[in-house]
Order: sequence, then structure tokens, then C-alpha cells
Amino acid sequence: MPDNTLPTLVAKDITKVYQTGEVEVRALDGVSFELYRGEMVVLLGASGSGKSTLLNILGGLDRPTTGSVLFDNADLSRMSEHDLTLFRRDHVGFVFQFYNLIPSLTARENVALVTEIAQHPLSPEQALELVKLENRLDHFPAQLSGGEQQRVAIARAIAKQPDILLCDEPTGALDKQTGILVMDAIATINRELGTSTAVITHNTVVGGMADRIVSISDGRIAGIEHNRQRVSAAELDW
Amino acid sequence: MAIVHFSPLDKKRWRDLVKLRGQVLAVALVIASGIATLVMSLTTIEALEDTTDTYYQRYRFADVFAGLTRAPDFLTHRIAELDGVMSVETRISQYVTLDVPDFNEPVTGRLLSIPEHQQPTLNQLVLRKGRWISGRAEDEVIVSENFADAHQLDIGDNLAAILQGSKRSLTVVGIALCPEFIYALGPGALLPDDQRFGILWMSREVLASAFDLKDAFNDVALSLHHGADARAVMTELDTLLKPYGGISAIPRSEQMSNWFIQNEIAQQKSMAMVLPVIFISVAIFLANMVLSRLIATERTEIGLLKAFGYSGTQIAWHYVRMMLVIGATGTLIGCAVGVLFGHYNIDMYAQMFRFPVLIFQPGVHNYVLAVLAGVLASVLGALGAVTRAATLPPAQAMAPPSPPAYRHSIISSGALQRKLDQSTRIAIRQIERWPLRSIMTSTGIGFSVALVIMTFQWDDALNHMARVYFEQAQRQDVVVGMSQPRAIHAVQDFTHLPGVLRAEPMRYISADLSVGNVTHRGTLTAIQQHASLQPIYDDANDITVAVPESGLVIAHRLARKLNVKVGDIITVNVLSGRRPTLSLTVTAMIETYIGMPAYVNLAYINRLLMEAPNMNFVNLLIDEAQQPQLFSELKQTPIVAAITIKSAAQDAFQRTLVDHLMVFVSMFSLLAAMLGFGVAYNSTRIALSERGRELATLRVLGFTRGEISYVLLGEVMLLILAGLGLGCALGYGLVWFIITLFDTELFRIPYLIEPSTYGKAVVIIFIATLLSAALVRRRVDKLDLIRVLKTRE
Ligand SMILES: Nc1ncnc2c1ncn2[C@@H]1O[C@H](COP(=O)(O)OP(=O)(O)OP(=O)(O)O)[C@@H](O)[C@H]1O
Ligand SMILES: [Mg+2]
Repeated sequence: MPDNTLPTLVAKDITKVYQTGEVEVRALDGVSFELYRGEMVVLLGASGSGKSTLLNILGGLDRPTTGSVLFDNADLSRMSEHDLTLFRRDHVGFVFQFYNLIPSLTARENVALVTEIAQHPLSPEQALELVKLENRLDHFPAQLSGGEQQRVAIARAIAKQPDILLCDEPTGALDKQTGILVMDAIATINRELGTSTAVITHNTVVGGMADRIVSISDGRIAGIEHNRQRVSAAELDW
Repeated sequence: MAIVHFSPLDKKRWRDLVKLRGQVLAVALVIASGIATLVMSLTTIEALEDTTDTYYQRYRFADVFAGLTRAPDFLTHRIAELDGVMSVETRISQYVTLDVPDFNEPVTGRLLSIPEHQQPTLNQLVLRKGRWISGRAEDEVIVSENFADAHQLDIGDNLAAILQGSKRSLTVVGIALCPEFIYALGPGALLPDDQRFGILWMSREVLASAFDLKDAFNDVALSLHHGADARAVMTELDTLLKPYGGISAIPRSEQMSNWFIQNEIAQQKSMAMVLPVIFISVAIFLANMVLSRLIATERTEIGLLKAFGYSGTQIAWHYVRMMLVIGATGTLIGCAVGVLFGHYNIDMYAQMFRFPVLIFQPGVHNYVLAVLAGVLASVLGALGAVTRAATLPPAQAMAPPSPPAYRHSIISSGALQRKLDQSTRIAIRQIERWPLRSIMTSTGIGFSVALVIMTFQWDDALNHMARVYFEQAQRQDVVVGMSQPRAIHAVQDFTHLPGVLRAEPMRYISADLSVGNVTHRGTLTAIQQHASLQPIYDDANDITVAVPESGLVIAHRLARKLNVKVGDIITVNVLSGRRPTLSLTVTAMIETYIGMPAYVNLAYINRLLMEAPNMNFVNLLIDEAQQPQLFSELKQTPIVAAITIKSAAQDAFQRTLVDHLMVFVSMFSLLAAMLGFGVAYNSTRIALSERGRELATLRVLGFTRGEISYVLLGEVMLLILAGLGLGCALGYGLVWFIITLFDTELFRIPYLIEPSTYGKAVVIIFIATLLSAALVRRRVDKLDLIRVLKTRE
């Protein structure tokens, strides 16, 4: 159950400006946003609206130009590169559109990559079981389907039992059937581990699975919608 | 005005080259190293040959030389009439002991006669300072420049010589060089020692009266008509001189000074063969690696170009031209550096040999060869990758490459499974996945280590050679040469000299050793049964071999040349005295590093020669404290013609060879380090470009920069470590190869590599690879995570 009083992450008035030569792009323009403990948020918005930029900043992959991102009273925007790395290592799990598995490691080993450096990890086998891949432990990425690869990526992201799970178009490269499996895995993690989760998607229907739906447009938050009733991936009208 | 038109492919080529500049430069530098060694050797060889040829020609260096006891002047006409002879120069040659002011040790001088007022017809002098002898005063002398410099002798200075037992003061009137003595070796010396051996030219008249050779001569030099048969002339000359105590004639090729120079040229030629081949092979491999990677990243573009209608040949030609640009850069740098090194080399030779002329005009053929080598390297380097690009079907090219198939293996998944962390496992699987490339990388590193081992081994070998030769094989402190053979009991006279602890007789006998139709012109070393100061010593096995009662103990190398084994008989034509022909049995063989000695029992050979027991050398063991007194006594002793001091000879060895070597060692270590750097840099850069995505992923997962550097560099480091180990083995082999190549009649390099040499080589190359790793590490730190992950590979 999401706890609406305890934010895991607090972004305060962040802007992100890309300067490429003469041109200045305001990817984010004054965004304030909280990610509450245990909740699942879906980010929607047109291409180029700034969703990935926001997610990257929340996950400590990138820094805002102005504004602050607070995690446990620490400001990510002022952290050193090394501290950001530690933040990601201990508290954040990422899932991208392209699965980014290490081709030379098996499913189990890809997950072990993270469990080896984490503080309170699940075992790789447990993590893979959560995404229903307990039968594919020793397969190399080249021997797995796209959906299976993405689920390995999810297992890898959550094996450390992160506080935050950030997914950037996790189903973007998958067909509908596989997409359901993947979204289902994310929802399971959110529910069973209580991981605060943010998912970017172009598919508005997916919003049905979330506690909140945040619409982004032109680098600003255009609206926030609360879902009273979350539905499962299979029940969505894809 | 012509309008330069660049096709889109031309532009693409330039952008690719700029983008890959680090790797392009590394490949170009390795090609450059190969070309540089090639050009350096070729230009050095050419300059050495041109310079000596010009020197020889301009100062009329003779074609044939012969020594004898005494022949009347009228024989000159008979010699001149021999078929093929152009001109004849007869002269008087004598070894004497010199007393040089401010120099305590005895010095050996070779006196040579020259005409008063004019240059000799052959072996003319290059007068560097002062004037020609005048004929008015008896004591005028021209000294060799090496000798003058070693003793700071100048015009007007005096030195004393003992001529036939009487001490004469000589005045330096001129300082000169001569093509006959570019390399001036004292009797029994291994290397030139300008302080203890010098050439002095004096008036023929003065020497004739001093040595009782009025209207006679004891040395002759000839020049031959172009195309004359030197062998035939020498045979006739020998017949002619035989009644006059002639020691058989030698051709220019065996003349000591020239022989050494030709030997130097031959060594340069072997170098010219070996080193460029190594460098260029590695360059080919590197080029192939860089191009393969480039083509892999450009698959889609290649597919597009093909879809647009470009042919396979056009695409291949595009990449070949790109490689040619790299090759051309390498060749250009290589030629420039090579010529520079060549010039530096020949300058060093010019100083060492004191060439009065220096011809450094590298011919066009050197560059043509260099360019051919460069083109060959480029084309071979491009071949594999380009063929693949040209034959790639467009449809397949446009699809992303199928993900590389990794496999479980014993190393990475078997028993070791639990012991490995994922990062190490990635490195090992990576190597297993690309075994050929991994082997090539290790081999490249290996070769650079081997090159360094090879260069440092020269130092090890020379030091070892010096140690064995000067400390183990030779135990005397001083060797005294006598002007004429003496009865053996004269050794007693030496025992009584101050500071002499022990004296042993020895006899050198010049002889032709032959078996069948192979003849070796050499020397028999005759020593007493229990000789301890100059024993028969086996250098390689570190043992002293007993002097046999009868028969010969010969060096293995001599045995090989004559194709004999123990028990076989060698025909020995003695070249002095009554010139008897003896048949001697080989009783044992020894391994020697220097020379091709043949030992014989002194009493036995004297019996065979049917002479009173004779010796012409005495070995002395002395008390160092009394050395000055001994030397001043020796200088006064009339029968002493030459004195060789072992410690001085050892110093000379150190100075000439070891110091010369350091230049060579640093030059090649630098080139080898460049090679190691090039290989490591390219391997690491390519790994980075192939695996940027993987590394970015790891960064996102929370790996630090240090940790992902380990993942990237771990693979390369494993290969480098393997390469360092392999390099030690390759170095062992390369040294063996070079030693076999350099096994000359003069010396054999001991096959010995000090452990420290391996250590130095490994450290040098490891540092070079670390440097390349550090450069790549900087790129790892700048990896743009978000951009890498946003794109599909
Ligand atoms: N590295 C960069 N340099 C310059 N501009 C950038 C950079 N990254 C993003 N942008 C710009 O910032 C804006 C927001 O980009 P962002 O990737 O956040 O969009 P998005 O909402 O994720 O879009 P999409 O749905 O297509 O993924 C875009 O206009 C983009 O062009
Ligand atoms: Mg995006």
C-alpha cells in the first residue's frame, strides 16, 4: 500500500537546460514532484516533452540545471559523481527500452552482477523467480526472447531491493502479449517488495495500473490524476 | 584552374580517419617503427659501403697483402710483372715497444715505412695535421690520429721507441689516417685500444738501417687490375715469396681492418632483415583489427551504400584507400625517423672509425623499398576486413548484427564458477569469444617484450663473454710478445723481473688448416702440458681441458668449418720457418665464444717442427703493486716487441662495445615500447568501442568508474599479462634466432639471458601498456551514459 505521507524522493522546482551551440533547449522547466513510498506512478507525455530527462534526474543519472532532488534529506543535485554512483548502487533500479543485458553473462550472472555489490540483495534465483524466469537461469541473452530479456533486466534492477524502480518505456520494443508479462512483473515487484516505482510509457492504457498518472508537456507537469482502483496488466484494454 | 571534387565517400573517409585518430596514429606509428628500422639499416649500410668505398678508392687501399722475412728490392719488378697486378708497394713493417711520455704502461707500435717526400703508391695517408717526413732528420715520424688523440700528442712532441734493442727518440711531424687501419688492432688484441697500440710511419731509409733491411723489404701490398683473379695472383705471389720467408698473402676481404668493417655491415644487414619484419607483421595485425571494428560499426552504412548501387569493389577500394592513408602516414614518419637514425648511426660510425670522408646520400631505392613495405603492410592489413565488407549482402548488412553467441566453458562456468566475480567472468568470456584476436593481441605484446629482451641480451652476452674470456679463460695479467722466437728457457729471464709471480711460455704459429678442399687461415696456440695462465678453456661448459700429449684441440666452430670430428686428421701448413706440412689428429673439441682457436702441446709441436724448443710469447702473472717497475723494465727489454695488458684490453672491450651498445639498446627499447603501446592502445580502444553500451549499463547499475575500468581493462590486462609471459618465451626464441644469424668466425654470442633482462623487458612493456590503458581510462570516465543507453546498437 502506497504511503502518501512519506515521500521517497522529492524534486523541487527543477529545470534542465541543454545548451547545444547557439540553441538552448529547456527539457524541464520548473518541475516539482514527489515519489511516495510504495506507490506506482506512470509518466505520460508527447515525445520530447522531457519524461526521460526527469526520470534520469530522479535516478541520479543526470543532474538538474537548477532545483534540488532530495532523498533522505540528501540533495542529489549537489552530490559528487561518486556519491551519485553509490546512490544508484544502493537505492535505484533502472529498466530501459533496450534491455542492456551483458551479452557475455547468463541471466543468473547478469543479476548476480548487481547482487554482488548490493547491501541487502535477494539471491539471483529469487529475483528471477519474481519475474517467472526460474527456468532460464543459465541462458545467455542471445538465447532469450525480447520479453524474457526485459524481465531479466527487471530482475536485475530489483534484485538489490531498491527503494526506487525507474522504468523508461519498458515495453517499447515488445508486442502486446509480452508487454503484459513485463508490466505484470513490474506490478508484482511494486506490490510485493513495496518499491516506489515510476514508469514512462506512450501507452495511456497502462495508466490504469498506477496509483497516479503524471502528464508531462513541454518540460512541465501538465496534470496529475489519481486512480482509485488499480487494475492488473491483463485486465487492461491494450 | 582545376576544381577539386571530393566525393561523399572521400569526405566520409576523412571524417572516419579524424574520428579514429588515436587508433589510426597507433597503427601508423607501428608501421613507422618498422619502416624506420628498415630505412635506418638500409641507409646505414649504404652509407657505410659508400663511405668506405670512396675512402678506399681515394687513398688507394690495396687489394692483396703479404708479409715475409726479408726480400731484396729487385723482387719488386718480378711481383709487378705477375698477371693482373696493377701496382706494387713494398715496405718495411715492424712491431716495437714505445715509451710515451706521461704514460706508464708499455705501448706497442707498428712502424711502417713510407717514401720520403711523397705518398706511397698504395695505402696512402690522409695527413690531418703537420707535414710529410722530410728525409733530412732521422727521427721524424707521422703517427695515426687515433693514437695521437689517445695520448694528446701534437706536432713537435716526442716519444721513444726501442728499435733493435736501442732506444730512439722520435719527433711527431705529422698526424694521419689511413684506410688500412680504420680498425687498428694490436697483436693478439680483440678490439682497438688506441692508448696501447698505434701506427707510426717513418722513412724507409731510416727503418731499413734500423732493422738491417737495406735494399730489402718485409711487407708488400698490391693493387690489381679490375677483374683480375685475386686467388691466382696470391698463389703466384706466395710461390715468389716463399724463399724469402713469405707468410701467405691475404686478400682485402681478409685484411683485419676491412674485415671488421665488412662484419659490421653484415650485422646491419641481418638487423635489416629481422626487425622490420616483426614490426610490420604486428602493424598488419593492428590495421586489420582497427578496420574490422570500423567495418563492424559501419555495417548499416555499407548496406545503404550497396542499396544505393555502390559495388563491392567500390566499397573495398574505399577502405583500402583509407588504410593506404594510414600506411602512407606511417611510411612518411618511418622514412623521416629512419633517415634521421641512419644519419645518427653513420655519424657514430664516422666518429668511431674516423672516416675522413662521409658519404650519406641515401639512394632512391631505400625509399622505394620503404614505400613498398608500407603499401604491403597496408594492403595486407586491410585485406581480411575489406573482403568481408565487400562481400556483405546489403540486406544482411542493414540488419543489426546477431548478438555474439557466448558459451559456457570450463574456465568461466565450471569448477571455478564460484570463485569468479561477474566482472572477471565478463573478461574471460570476452577472450573466449574472440580467441584469434586475443591471441594476436597477446602475441603483439609478446613481440614487443621479445624485442626488448633481444636488445638487453646483447649487454648480458657481452658482459658474460668478457667475464669468461678475460677472467676464466685467460688467467695471465700480461702477455709479452717477442720480436723473434726464443728458446723456452728464456722464460726464466722473465721470472726474475720485478713483480712477476709466474711466467709461462707460449707460441703462436700461423698456419693454414685444411681438410679436403676447405682451408682455414689461422693460428695454432702452443702451450705447455700444464699451462695454467693460458689454459685450454671451454667457454660454454666452463671447464678447463687438459693439454694433450699430441694432436689438436680445436673449437667446435672450426670443426664445423672443416667438417671434422674427434679422431679426424687435419693437414696443417705452417706459414713460417721452413714451412713444413704436418698431419695432426683432432683429440678434443671445445666451445668458444671468441675466435676459432686450435691448441697444441708446445713440446710436441716444437718436436714436429724440428726446431729447438721455441716460444714467441710469454704469459705473466704479476703482483699489481710492482706493475710500474715491471713495465719500465719491460720497456727497456730489447726482445720485447709487444705487450698486452689484460685489464686494459678488458677496459677497451667495455668502452668500445658496451658503450656503443647502450645507444642501440635505448633506440630499440623505445621502438619496442611504441609497439607495445600501439597494440595495447588499439585493443583497449576497440574493446571500449564495442562495449561502450555494456559499460554504460554497469554504470547505471551502480558500478563506479574504477569498477567498470576493471571490466574493460581486465580483459586487456589478462591478455597483456599473457603477452608478457609469452614475450619471455618469444624473447628466448628470438635471441636464439639472432645468435644463430650472428654466428661469425670472429665470435659466437653466448646464449645467455639474465633474469633481470626478462624483468626489465616486462617492466618496460608493462609501463607502455599501462600508459595506453590510462589514456583509454580517460575516455571511460567521459562515457555519456544517457546517450549510449538511449540508442539501439
Ligand atoms: N543531451 C541532450 N542534448 C540536447 N538536448 C537534449 C539532450 N537530451 C534531451 N534533449 C532534449 O530535451 C528534450 C526532452 O528530451 P527527453 O528525452 O526527456 O524526451 P522524452 O519525453 O523522453 O521523449 P521520448 O518520448 O521521445 O523519449 C527534447 O527536446 C530533447 O531534444
Ligand atoms: Mg524518452
